[in-house]
Amino acid sequence: MPVTSLKKQHHELADAGFQLTVLQQGAQFPAFADKLQQHNLLPLKPTGTTILQVNVGKMCNQACRHCHVDAGPDRREIMTRETMQLCLDALAHNPELAIVDITGGAPEMNPDFRWFVQEISKLGRQTIVRCNLTIILANPKYHDLPEFFKAHKVQVVSSLPYFAASRTDAQRGDGVFEKSIKALKMLNEVGYGIENSGLQLDLVYNPSGAFLPAAQQTLEAEFKRRLLAGYSVHFNKLFCITNLPISRYLEYLLQSGNYESYMEKLVDAFNPAAAASVMCRNTISVGWDGYLYDCDFNQMLELHVAPTAPQHIRNFDLQALNNRSIVLNQHCYGCTAGAGSSCGGQTVV
Amino acid sequence: MEKTYYNPADLKKFGNITELQPELGNKFFDYYGEVFKEGALTAREKALIALAVSHAVQCPYCIDAYTSDCLEKGADENQMMEAVHVAAAIKGGAALVHGVQMMNKIKELTM
Ligand code: SF4
Ligand code: SF4
Repeated sequence: MPVTSLKKQHHELADAGFQLTVLQQGAQFPAFADKLQQHNLLPLKPTGTTILQVNVGKMCNQACRHCHVDAGPDRREIMTRETMQLCLDALAHNPELAIVDITGGAPEMNPDFRWFVQEISKLGRQTIVRCNLTIILANPKYHDLPEFFKAHKVQVVSSLPYFAASRTDAQRGDGVFEKSIKALKMLNEVGYGIENSGLQLDLVYNPSGAFLPAAQQTLEAEFKRRLLAGYSVHFNKLFCITNLPISRYLEYLLQSGNYESYMEKLVDAFNPAAAASVMCRNTISVGWDGYLYDCDFNQMLELHVAPTAPQHIRNFDLQALNNRSIVLNQHCYGCTAGAGSSCGGQTVV
Repeated sequence: MEKTYYNPADLKKFGNITELQPELGNKFFDYYGEVFKEGALTAREKALIALAVSHAVQCPYCIDAYTSDCLEKGADENQMMEAVHVAAAIKGGAALVHGVQMMNKIKELTM
């Protein structure tokens, strides 16, 4: 059955407040903050912000089953050029922000996406684009994206939950695997993922179901072997990312009767080393409307940065942000299970 | 009394077997942990073998545990079902090969 956004369905889980209520109901699970307290990590403080993650909108050509953004073709929230300019101003004033990680939805659908990438590139920052692959084929106007990425030395990070169609399509929609392979080949053709090209193409694996991800290193080797043998596709690294129990993935967990056992898995797999390396310690996330968050997950739960820090990109103040305490909730267990999880994959070697 | 012999929640209590015999129980769990470490076989290969054996010994706890484990180790449904077929082939073959014994006996007993 095709997936539509929770918002479009008028689902109660479209409401961030309701998601938090669900997450906090499980009295059998220890509070995440208490868990950090036991390991002397509370209040959780940044170690120094070096990544600005910008969510340029919730519009997407896909509607994946597990999407934590509740993105889809029906979503109209899009970052304006004015807000992008505020991000550029913050970057210009803070050279410590070495990496800009552009995400969405499908960020390429934002009409000012290319302008934004060009301006970031003028500032000499490393740009990551979280490209869902199928967008490259969705419309002729996107067919030249591989060349555009290459021209700006963008690091492309793309989801491919499995090296076979069955599980990829179950999570991301019918036909997505085949289109993703075509898009990967187009990226390979311009040099992405090819050794010594200097063009980085990384894939993201996240489990298509209520289970935790595999160890990154071994799965990467398996992905490389299978994608090369089956499809002649090359890539650089595989990032294993745990699904956090929010938004559409939370809806899946509840509807499939897996919520409790999944939370139990996350809590049981709590790893203090992973807790010390969570990505919110070096990242600030900007929402489509310019508001600031500790991470993209907090953004979707509408948990703004602590009130001691500036709330909006127009008042960006790196020092105040580096002094803030990170806002935590039960979904954070997804970042600290096993080998840890972040937008850059596993956090503990 | 439980209404069924198997209760899924009991799997989590497996470790409690050490309560009545700590020394042997702990030795078993240490050994178990060592066996499943990445070695000449990868952790995924071991999980697939464990899944096959779980079916051969028909242990519902093990089937639950190693189905999850195989998924978590990145095995796919085809690999998992092939592993079950390996178990079935060996179990079926083990039954059938005894047909030779039966045939020997038939020869012995008949004219
Ligand atoms: S997971 Fe990514 S590609 Fe899928 S709907 Fe969400 S934003 Fe779009
Ligand atoms: S969910 Fe966000 S705030 Fe919580 S630990 Fe993960 S990155 Fe940090």
